[in-house]
Amino acid sequence: MDILSKIKLLGNRIKLTPIHYFLLVVMVIIILSFLSVIKLELVVNGLIMGSIIAMGSMGLTLVYGNLKFAHIAHGDFMTLAAYIVLFILMVPLHSMGLQSTGLGPFTFGYPLLLALPFAVLIAALAAITLDVVIYRRLRDRGSSTVIIAMCSLGVAIALRGIVQVIWGGDIEQYPRLSKLYYQLPMDVRIPPDAIFITGVALISTFFLHLFLTKSKIGKAMRATADNTELARVTGINTNLVTMWTWALSAGFAAIAGVLLAVFQAQLLPSMGWSFLIPLFAAVILGGIGNPYGAFLGAMIVGVSGEVSTQWINPSYKPVIAFAILAIMLLMRPQGILGGKD
Amino acid sequence: MDILGIIDYTVGWAVVAGIYAVFSLGLNVHWGFTGLFNIGIAGFFAVGAYTSALITTPPPKEELFEDFIFGGNLPELLGVFNLGIDLWFLLAILAAAIAAGIIAIPIGLLTIRLKEDYLAITTLGVAEAIRLIFLNEKWLSNGSRGLYNIPKFLGDWVSPANYNYLYLVVIFVVLGTLYLIVKRAINSPWGRVLKSIREDEMTAQANGKNILSFKLQAFILGAAIMGIGGALYAHNIRFISPITFDPLYATFVIWAMLMVGGSGNNKGAILGAFVVWGIWAGTAFLPGFFSDPSTRLFMIGVLIVAAILLKPGGIMGEERKISENKP
Repeated sequence: MDILSKIKLLGNRIKLTPIHYFLLVVMVIIILSFLSVIKLELVVNGLIMGSIIAMGSMGLTLVYGNLKFAHIAHGDFMTLAAYIVLFILMVPLHSMGLQSTGLGPFTFGYPLLLALPFAVLIAALAAITLDVVIYRRLRDRGSSTVIIAMCSLGVAIALRGIVQVIWGGDIEQYPRLSKLYYQLPMDVRIPPDAIFITGVALISTFFLHLFLTKSKIGKAMRATADNTELARVTGINTNLVTMWTWALSAGFAAIAGVLLAVFQAQLLPSMGWSFLIPLFAAVILGGIGNPYGAFLGAMIVGVSGEVSTQWINPSYKPVIAFAILAIMLLMRPQGILGGKD
Repeated sequence: MDILGIIDYTVGWAVVAGIYAVFSLGLNVHWGFTGLFNIGIAGFFAVGAYTSALITTPPPKEELFEDFIFGGNLPELLGVFNLGIDLWFLLAILAAAIAAGIIAIPIGLLTIRLKEDYLAITTLGVAEAIRLIFLNEKWLSNGSRGLYNIPKFLGDWVSPANYNYLYLVVIFVVLGTLYLIVKRAINSPWGRVLKSIREDEMTAQANGKNILSFKLQAFILGAAIMGIGGALYAHNIRFISPITFDPLYATFVIWAMLMVGGSGNNKGAILGAFVVWGIWAGTAFLPGFFSDPSTRLFMIGVLIVAAILLKPGGIMGEERKISENKP
């Protein structure tokens, strides 16, 4: 046996899984930053941004996978939830005297942690209500998915209108205590809330994983995303699955919105809408309906957006996300982790 | 307000509504006839407006510290060939249509073979990218300061106070021409293929129609009409900056117009533009809360959802007939 066929055999035995590719990318990034081609700081900041995109895109991909339409109002759910937290902080909690800031190493105080679950709950309820009032009717009527997607465009505009009517168009801010960036080795500086943002993102992702793999309804959700008709004939209650999908999706969007508001230290009525491009880029990168893919895609979009600022004007970050999306659509529309088209 | 003031106001309103009707007509070619889900109208709008503005404005002046390097100054350039009737305007409109059509080609090639909603996501991204380019590339577009020396069409003929009357006529001529072109195209065999693709792609393909090519042609036609709308806008307001192409005014409102007026019906698309812009302008006179622009944003969203849920055909549904001759 000659050497070439030996290598071939070896290649056949080593199956490269996505994990390997991931480790390979991590290695390349570390080597490149040692050679000071790219700044490690940008990569770390990209991962923080990626965690926020991941929160949004995992919810988006669940709806896209189960209900088969591009939910354009997803970004505006983020906005709404961020403003609901602002409301809870400024009105009920403020009047109860809970107005501390600067909890531990963070800029915000514990009231934000109290308000977050309420925002998640309200967003989930709002999404379920909208489904009953609007989307379910269209599905029952047999409308095409494009019509449903367009309806979600209307919902997106209306949600943003509500936010603007109530809070006005000006920049708002959570009560915060400014703190210095943390200095890590290798010239890496991270914002004070970074640990909170990545922590919340990782914990929520872990719980989503448990939910999808262990719980009965989670398994039903995956089955529905895989093949709706088959799921229905096997006796899965698709209405219940739809409700859970909306609740999870909106809940994750709510977390994403609040994290984004904390990270950017500001709230704007257009913040969610302009976040749509990275969200969809991450969803399509990961393969529609695949939350793990969306997580990975979000990290790629986040890191490449931040690293690109080393060479390109930072205001072009959304264009980078869009370019990734366009390349993906051209080369591999089904996403990096396979997924379903 | 006296009678004359009311008429003046109405004419000014009708000019804007007429420009919106052009966009609505273009969107009707995309969505109404072909089923292309374009939510990046703002992108084609911007390309059309900037193209016609850049080739007609005078070159930048040193003393004003203007950043852009190219101003075509077409009216001066044509000089005597304007024939006293400002022929440059036609060239500017044509250039805007061509530029917007060219932008549409790569977008179409990239997304039309994929699922419908990918087109929505892509057009959204392209519109944002175009806005960012016009905002950041100061050498091209003067950045956030925008272009403000855009010439008037037939500006010497009437006094500035009465210019809207003249421009209204111009808009109606352009709108009427576009309406006839689109009507002719849609009633032709070409248009029937588009409708058959919208209804059932498989059947159209089985009949030997090249779906990708037909959809791409429709996408380019619609985009070119939107480009013309952009040019009309630029020469009316005579000032454009990236803020002009905010999705609210440049995309959402137009969607509401088409959905309310009736997608798939050209008359409906034009009517919808006047109805929605009428509601928009009318609410400004309402007291307090209702005249808040944010309330209108909410209203636009609700209009789209309500139209889809309650009256999917809009005010005027699609005309169900095969050709002009056979009812």
